[in-house]
Order: sequence, then structure tokens, then C-alpha cells
Amino acid sequence: MSIAEIQEELIDEFSLFDDWMDKYEHLIGLGKSLPLIDPALKTDDRIIKGCQSKVWLHAAMENDKLIFTADSDAIITKGIIAVLVRVFSGQSPEEIVKANTDFIDQIGLKEHLSPTRANGLVSMIKQMKLYAIAFQAQLKK
Amino acid sequence: MAFNVTQIREDFPILKREVNGKPLVYLDNAATSQKPKQVIDSIVDYYSLYNSNIHRGVHTLSQEATDAYEASRKKIQKHFNISRSHEVIFTSGTTHGINLVANGFTSFLKEGDEVLVSAMEHHSNIVPWQMLCERSGAVMKVIPMSEEGTLLLDEYDQLLSDRTKLVFVNHISNSLGTINPVDIIIEKAHQVGAAVLVDGAQSCSHIKPDLQALDVDFYVTSAHKMCGPTGIGMLYGKESWLQKLPPYQGGGEMIAEVTFEKTTFADLPHKFEAGTPNIAGGIAFGTAIDYLNEIGFNAIAGHEQELLTYATEELLKVPGLKIYGTGREKTSVISFNLEDIHPYDVGTILDKLGIAVRTGHHCTQPIMDFYKIPGTVRASFAFYNTKEEVDILVEGVRKAQMMLS
Repeated sequence: MSIAEIQEELIDEFSLFDDWMDKYEHLIGLGKSLPLIDPALKTDDRIIKGCQSKVWLHAAMENDKLIFTADSDAIITKGIIAVLVRVFSGQSPEEIVKANTDFIDQIGLKEHLSPTRANGLVSMIKQMKLYAIAFQAQLKK
Repeated sequence: MAFNVTQIREDFPILKREVNGKPLVYLDNAATSQKPKQVIDSIVDYYSLYNSNIHRGVHTLSQEATDAYEASRKKIQKHFNISRSHEVIFTSGTTHGINLVANGFTSFLKEGDEVLVSAMEHHSNIVPWQMLCERSGAVMKVIPMSEEGTLLLDEYDQLLSDRTKLVFVNHISNSLGTINPVDIIIEKAHQVGAAVLVDGAQSCSHIKPDLQALDVDFYVTSAHKMCGPTGIGMLYGKESWLQKLPPYQGGGEMIAEVTFEKTTFADLPHKFEAGTPNIAGGIAFGTAIDYLNEIGFNAIAGHEQELLTYATEELLKVPGLKIYGTGREKTSVISFNLEDIHPYDVGTILDKLGIAVRTGHHCTQPIMDFYKIPGTVRASFAFYNTKEEVDILVEGVRKAQMMLS
């Protein structure tokens, strides 16, 4: 699936819930189902700055696609990063770099997060895009 | 007058609002208190009726504003049992007061001198002193605390010596609620000739400190924790110390005479009050003190202790809930965590239920390091909170636990 298709899927998925408690419940479920990251990768240099809870993000190339793995010590944060991993992992660096992220507003994620968490979300996306730019540069060499 | 929480809540317009579709349950009082309409009215009255600059005008409005501002200083003096009104310095808040003193001590300290800080200080009562130590070469030592979150006074005795020049400690810990035995701490510091600054940011909403009885050298607090506005606070200093300390900021108001060759400074308290102050804030600070005294600090403490006991009992019934700060002498602050659940997650779910708590390290990272935790959920109660709100909190915590584990 393309990034845009996955984003559509997520928008549909979240629109099933009217109540924000239920949306949170879904987000928590996504966090719980995020594949475990290799503990050896949970190093300080993989922590994303700007989050009140800790978020570790790792990126690696497999057959020209970028694979993200991540973890967080807070489950709601883990749900947020799980959403982003679902959107961006397995895509080419080029697609990730040019992807727009309006889906976050469409889901209503940003407005329902506390300001510190919303900042954290922005930092996560930025970090994923930075990885993509770095790997894109490598591919061009 | 009998204490009637229902009637008291009528004074606070904000308590009627809803958050996320639920009635607001405001349990973040240690961060800032809500404001009664009396305080809000006094700000509106000032700007509507007699706004003008103070201490120098020839006209009627200026006289009225000056009178109200100075009347507020006298209210503060009386409230804290301070012997002279010029020992009350208006500041922008606790942090400002601490910085003023820390800055002033630069020339009093030399290399090898020691300053003592407690292990449970807010960053505001650590960082200015660290900066002072860097400037002066003095060394900072830490009074340790127990697992219950109480200061180890035997260790304090060991740390005190003739090298000790300053001790700074909070009256009540913002993240644990512990009430520190500041009377003993002050007495012992004085025995070795050290001065003491007590950070009263957390205490003044719960108790009414008698500063002459305490014999403290400096006491600082913020109005916004005690039903007053933000951006205004008080530094009390003994006259002898305030005379010795150099001015912190230069500007208007704080001078006696200025030529390009030399400036002579104004007398206390103006020496430390450069520039146009927060006039409305200063006046409303006085109104807040009147308001609290009308309810009465015995009634406030009685109700808050009742809430503390009830909330502690009810929260401890939640499996896997641990409370940090379990000393015998504590105020209505409960810091807690649920086993294997991040405090930030708990706070997020509680917010969705209309319950305002604080999560994180509460500007006390050393305490979190001590307990080896990333932070806590902190529920802090004021006299306008109710047992029903405690029930809503506990129910919310149970719901959060169910969702998050």
C-alpha cells in the first residue's frame, strides 16, 4: 500500500469511534501491537528529543525500503509512534520525504493531544523524515 | 463562621466550567490555585477605577493607587507577623526573590564557604544557588532525605560547620507534600552563624507562617499559589540583611539621587523595587490574603487534611498504586504512580475525564532520580475541593489503569 492509502485507512479506522475515550483506547491498542524493538537499539542516541516520555526510533534499509522500529515508555506515545511506523515503514525514502502528514489533523490526533505531546508528535515525524533524507542521500551515492 | 465548601465554591467562577464535556475537577493546586471573584474584582476595580503609577504622582489617582498598593504591603506584613513593613519586598514571585538573594550573596561568599540545600528542592531553589557557587567559589552540599521523603536531620547536623554560610530549604515540598521542620533547621543554622532562606511557595496556601517566631532570615513566596494573581510575590528579609544586600536591579523607583557620577539608593523596600511594579497584582495579593483569612487557616487546614486522609485511603485501595512522600507531617499533595504505567499516560486519560493533575518531574528531577522514576502523577488539593472530587479522581485512576495496562 502507498503512504496515501495507509493514511486513508487510518482516517477511516479512527472515524469509527465517536468518543475520544474510544479513540484513545484504539491508539493504546495500536501501541500494544507495535512489534518489539531490539533492546540493544534502545540507546540514548536513538531517543527523540522533545517528548516528555521517552521514544526510541531506529531506521534501517531493506531492499531500498526504509524499515522503522520504535518503542516508548508511555503507552499512548507508543500508540502515536505506532501510527507513524504503520504509515512510513516499508516505504522508499523518496516517498517518505515527499509525503504530507495532513492525515494527523484529519484523524484529530493533534488537537486531542496535550501541547507537549503534540510537540513530540512533530518531533517524531521530523526525525523519520530526517532518516529518509539521510538514506536517500546514501542511495544517490 | 462554619466552613462550608459548597458556599466557598461559589466564589470561584472557574469551578463551574466543563473540560472535555465533563465538570472540571481541578487538582493541580500546587502548580497554581484558582482565583475567587473577590480577587478578580480587585484587579478589574484597579484598572477600571484608579489605574495610575504609584509613589510619584501628584494627582489623586496616583495617591489612591499608592495607598492601595502600600495597604497591601501592610496586609502581608500583618499576615506573616513581620515586624517592619519595609522588610516586605514585592517581587514577581518566589523565583525572583530567590535570585535577588542569591545575587546579593555573591560578594559575601568566598572560596571554601559552604551552602546547604535540601534534597527535595524545586529547581528554582537549586539553580540560582549553583550559579552563586560558580561566581563565588562556594561549595553546595545536599541534606539527604529518607525513603518516606523526609529530611535526615542527623545528616544535616553533620553537614553544618563554621564553613556553612547559607542554608536554603523549602517549607513544604511541591512534589511530596512533606512539611519540613524549618524551625529546627533555622535554629541549628544560626548556631553556626549561617543564614537561612525558606522557600514558601507551597506552604502559604496551607498554613500561616509566623516569620518572627521562626526567626528566619529570608522567606519567599508567590501570590498565585494562594488565590492571588500570577507575576507577584513577596520576599521577606530581616532588615539587617536587606540593608547589607546590594540592589539586584537598577532603575527608577529604587534611587535616592542620581548624577552621572554616582547614584545613591533609596531606602528599603524601594531599593529592591526598581521600575513600575505589578500594581494590580500587588493590590490583588492583599485581597487574596484577606480572603484566605476570612475563611481562616485553621478551617482550611482542617478541610485539606480531611481530603488528604480520605484521598490517601481511597487511592491506596487501587492495586499497584504507590504514593511517594509518606512522611507524617504532610500537606494535601499526593504524588503517585501506577505499577508499570507511565504517569504521563495516566494524566492524559484523567484530562479526558475533566480531571486536572500534574504529571512529570514537577521541576524536582533530583527527587525523581532518588526514587528512580521518570515522574509521578500529582494530585494537589485546595480548600475548595470536595470528597466527591476525590471519588471522581479515584474512579478516573481506576479507569486509566484498566485502559493502560
